[in-house]
Amino acid sequence: MTLRVILVDDEPERAKLVKEALEAGGFEVVAAFGTGAGVSRRVRDLAPDVIIVDIDSPDRDTLEDMRRVTFEQRRPVVMFAQDGGADIIRAAVAAGVSAYVVDGLKPERVKPVVDVAIARFAQFQEMRVELDKAKTTLAERKLVEKAKGILMKRRNCGEDEAYRSMRRMAMDQKLRLVDIANKVIEAAELLG
Amino acid sequence: MALEKTRLRLGIVPLCDCAPIVVARERGFFAEQGLDVEIAREPSWANIRDKVLVGALDGAQMLAPMPFATTLGLGNVHQPIVTAFGLNIGGNAITVSNALFDRMMEADPDAMAERPLTARALKAVIERDRAAGAQPMTFAMVYPFSSHHYELRGWMAAAGIDPDRDVRLVVVPPPQMVANLSAGNIEGYCVGEPWNAMASSLGLGRVLITSQELWGGRVEKVLGVAEGWADAHPETHKALIRALLLASRWTDQPENRAEVARIVAQPPYVNAPQDVVRATLEQPGALIFSAHAANFPWRSQALWFLVQMRRWGQLPATVDMRRAVDRVFRSDLYRLAALELDIAVPLIDAKTEGDHRTPWTLAEATRPIAMGPDAFFDGGRFDPAEAETLANHYARSPLSAALRA
Repeated sequence: MTLRVILVDDEPERAKLVKEALEAGGFEVVAAFGTGAGVSRRVRDLAPDVIIVDIDSPDRDTLEDMRRVTFEQRRPVVMFAQDGGADIIRAAVAAGVSAYVVDGLKPERVKPVVDVAIARFAQFQEMRVELDKAKTTLAERKLVEKAKGILMKRRNCGEDEAYRSMRRMAMDQKLRLVDIANKVIEAAELLG
Repeated sequence: MALEKTRLRLGIVPLCDCAPIVVARERGFFAEQGLDVEIAREPSWANIRDKVLVGALDGAQMLAPMPFATTLGLGNVHQPIVTAFGLNIGGNAITVSNALFDRMMEADPDAMAERPLTARALKAVIERDRAAGAQPMTFAMVYPFSSHHYELRGWMAAAGIDPDRDVRLVVVPPPQMVANLSAGNIEGYCVGEPWNAMASSLGLGRVLITSQELWGGRVEKVLGVAEGWADAHPETHKALIRALLLASRWTDQPENRAEVARIVAQPPYVNAPQDVVRATLEQPGALIFSAHAANFPWRSQALWFLVQMRRWGQLPATVDMRRAVDRVFRSDLYRLAALELDIAVPLIDAKTEGDHRTPWTLAEATRPIAMGPDAFFDGGRFDPAEAETLANHYARSPLSAALRA
């Protein structure tokens, strides 16, 4: 029988990525929802084998309490708590995901689900880092251009000279070019 | 001696008692000890535990019973966490919705006039509900291994309410308590400040009893570190404790509380209105960060937590409670750090709890230490020598009263 999975994630794009990957792997995603959507009731109703949770979801503590309530038949346990599994937990924490499995389910049956989740979460994280980097580079480039313009006007010099003098300042002061650009812009604003 | 590590990441949860950690960073107490500390605000206690155990955090603000749950493998994880530092005394309260408060007033006005407030009026409401065939009410706490859980259960049980049968207990993260109360998902809760003050300031709930009244003098949050981390970084651990000792002392001064409120109320920390946080921090005796040996990890109090775990079915009878207490509550490490700063330290690890209704002096210390009242709300007392007897007594009948003074 295929494993039934619940996905708790506030990031819809990532949830979609993980869901597709899990389904491609032959697992059944019975529900995907965000934080605060009544996780314990839905876990009770849908009886999943595995619950994949965004590590930043406060619902984790609610899930952990389901173990205390003795009348629950299918108690979720944080992944591989039974046999330690420090490496997989480390990889999961780094990727920003946590997983709960039903008590008694064999670790080797669950591992593929958790592996897929970790891989997709890590992939999403990388994409976000790249996107942030691209955004900052663009923003930084704009600042440098602006500072260059100010210097050209103030010193009545060419573009190359303005750029070179900023580079020199950056090297002398052990700062990044964008920090110098910010200083130039600030100074210009101060002087009016 | 050189520090093994100087750049550290510490985890906090948005509650007033993260104050010593936040103040130590913001007011330079960590830097003074040669530590460069980054603070990570975590959304769950589960995250705090996992990140400390895999080394993503060097240490964290933790519920005092948490290191026992992981060390003994009671919850989800079975790995040792230790503490050598108490972050605070007090700061929890039990709050109910306005509607439930009104029903309690109507059901038993005499009981509602008593201080500390008993749960007898709540019991009357529960009995009426049962007679009418209504579903049990839902109450929230913050984590299965928390003082809040034991405070709520103990308070209810003292009035004859069975917390496993007469109500439903659920876990709700602290910052979501007020919203859940307001939405009617829960009728009441036990949580740390500012989330009680928040409900009452918004007119959404009424505070019934505080941890100061339930059992004053009890350690609430601790600085938890993985046992392996403590072994590998003894000097860094000591520097961390020294910084927190000095930060706690600064935080405790009444004249600094407004500034503490301004710092911790900010979005990266508690993220709550500054005036609400300030009102909580300025309430006399509600939150103690340094006085009354607040930072000392009393093994008698740890033993009390373990007895509560036995009482409510979380701890098997086979566990050697004293061995666990000595392993997890590292009062020895606390003393090493405090003595380097010439701060007076207790010379005993355990004391009888609940004997004092008024301030008293601890003589068994390097210098006498002024202590605060430590009475239990039900007049009980806890003698660590009788821990096993009491645990067995409770394990047979969880609702029975504590041993009397």
